[in-house]
Amino acid sequence: MRRRDETGAAAKAVEARRLVKVYEGRRDRQVRALDGVDLTSGQGEYLVLLGPSGCGKTTLLRTIAGLEQPTEGEVYIGGRLVNGLPPRVRQVAMVLQSYALYPHKTVRNNIEFPLKAENVPRHLRERKVRWAADLLDIADLLGHRPRQLSGGERQRVALARALVREPAVFLLDEPLSGLDAKLRAATRDELKRFQRQVGTATIYVTHDQEEAMGLGDRVAVLDAGRLRQVGTPRDIYDEPADTFVATFVGSPPMNLVQRGDRLVGFRPEHLLPAENVAYDSRVTMPLRIERMEYLSGDRHVYGSVTRIGQETRVIARLPATVITPLTVGETHEFAVPTDRLRFFDAEYGTRTAPVRIGG
Amino acid sequence: MPADAGQRARFADREGFLAWAFLLPTIVYLTALVLAPFGLTVAFAFSRSTSEAPSYRFGGLRAFREIFGDHVFWRSLLDTLALTGVAIAAVVILGTVVANVLLADFRFRRTVRALVLLPWTTPVALSAISWRWLLGSPGSPVDRLLLHGDSPLARTPSAAVAVAAVQVWRLTPLAAVIVMAGLTSIPRGVWDAALLDGAGFWRRLLGVTIPLTLPVTAVAALVTAAVTFADMGVVRVLTGGGPRDSTQVLPVLAYLRGVEGGDIGTGAATALFLFPLFVAGVFVVLRVMRRGS
Repeated sequence: MRRRDETGAAAKAVEARRLVKVYEGRRDRQVRALDGVDLTSGQGEYLVLLGPSGCGKTTLLRTIAGLEQPTEGEVYIGGRLVNGLPPRVRQVAMVLQSYALYPHKTVRNNIEFPLKAENVPRHLRERKVRWAADLLDIADLLGHRPRQLSGGERQRVALARALVREPAVFLLDEPLSGLDAKLRAATRDELKRFQRQVGTATIYVTHDQEEAMGLGDRVAVLDAGRLRQVGTPRDIYDEPADTFVATFVGSPPMNLVQRGDRLVGFRPEHLLPAENVAYDSRVTMPLRIERMEYLSGDRHVYGSVTRIGQETRVIARLPATVITPLTVGETHEFAVPTDRLRFFDAEYGTRTAPVRIGG
Repeated sequence: MPADAGQRARFADREGFLAWAFLLPTIVYLTALVLAPFGLTVAFAFSRSTSEAPSYRFGGLRAFREIFGDHVFWRSLLDTLALTGVAIAAVVILGTVVANVLLADFRFRRTVRALVLLPWTTPVALSAISWRWLLGSPGSPVDRLLLHGDSPLARTPSAAVAVAAVQVWRLTPLAAVIVMAGLTSIPRGVWDAALLDGAGFWRRLLGVTIPLTLPVTAVAALVTAAVTFADMGVVRVLTGGGPRDSTQVLPVLAYLRGVEGGDIGTGAATALFLFPLFVAGVFVVLRVMRRGS
């Protein structure tokens, strides 16, 4: 199998250039599912497409796979233009959200099917099926039919079926959404380890920011068919490119306070009682506490702030180490370190240069 | 505390009673229109009854000995089996093709779907008469095409082909609708998966689509078989079994012998002859369906 560093991290596995996908709706209504997307994924890289439902992330994945043809723009896989080519010759393997196992075939025949389609000789097929089944720990299920399997097992069979072809790219469409919460966490861990092991470039679609931030080497945030930001999870979280990314990623989302023609943004975990912010450079604001929640050791404080801009409802997340007594109804002085403030254009939502805020 | 009168189980709550009440019409109907005639046919097949002497006289295997000695019977048996076999094959293949066409996305799809069903909705006798005119009347379009030669219905191989063709024409829409239902029940993702797995057209067809639609296709085949070999309308109207009994089928023969010829025993025996074969066929199809689901 391809190693992560053999071809160099700079090599491109998949490249999308100015992709546009328009669906013709009823009565000549058009839906622009993709509105000019430029995206590159590197060899061995784990790239996550993150966005709300209907943002175009699945369309983008299907277009890369060849299940949809773009209205405009180009798709390159391994440096080769693949527009108009069927999935068969694109060297991609995709795990669909529904897993879409062949219900009439046994697990073995499901995994073997893509190899048969490539006319791989029998002894090689058997060896590869065995290898994939061992890797995903489903060797004892080979004789079963899909309907006899649990959700997690089906997901692994789907993964094994994608794996045996040794594709250049893995495309995963919300592969964890069919699993319950506990299994999801465990499988997420497995997916990451598995990808490290085989070292194949992976593009992973999800609407779950935890999955995205946890799995991705880089995260691409999509909204309404447009790419909002591409970067490492840290970039996305700490340096959001616009207010959409700032509020979509992070739970609770980033607080935004309007100040003139700017929006001042700060994360809930950076808004702390002033006595806990020991920086020289900080911005203070009075917070009137309306409600408090106690969640996994953190205190979530809901209230409204004034002074730094218009009066705005915000959320502060206080870690267990902050023991300042607070009561609902009182107004307490809170503060944010100056270097934690982010500034956005109030009209367009785009990131702008910092402005000085006194106090 | 005893239950209040208003809270007692009412008439409509007594499920045991209701089950029988709802089943009764079906039982009456099946007994009167299916079981009784069937029993009567069996009884007559072992009788000496004729239309001149309709009183029941047990005749043992007389009627069967008679039909086994009749070369027209053997001829009709072969014709019936051949016709049914050809109809099943052609209807299943054409029905699957038409079903796939109807599922494709194109303009006026709804209109085409409705039009395709028309042959099935027309009464057999009526459409058979149209076909007889088309194929067998002087001055009809087919006649002109053949430059006033012999009617295809008057010659030997073409008459049989015509009978088979009309049966196929009439049953294909029904099969198409049945197969279409089967195709739509396949999850969309399975086709995507087959494309992604690199399967070409034939592998997708033989490895995915056909196995998944096999149970419904078996139903389509069963309906085709039942309707084709129990049908006497098409043959009777189109060729009357001719020329020289070359398109004779058992239902028509049973009618000719039993009703027109007046030998009720022989007619009944002829009609009954295929029953065991048919039961065997149904059994096979039911097995296929059970394995598929």
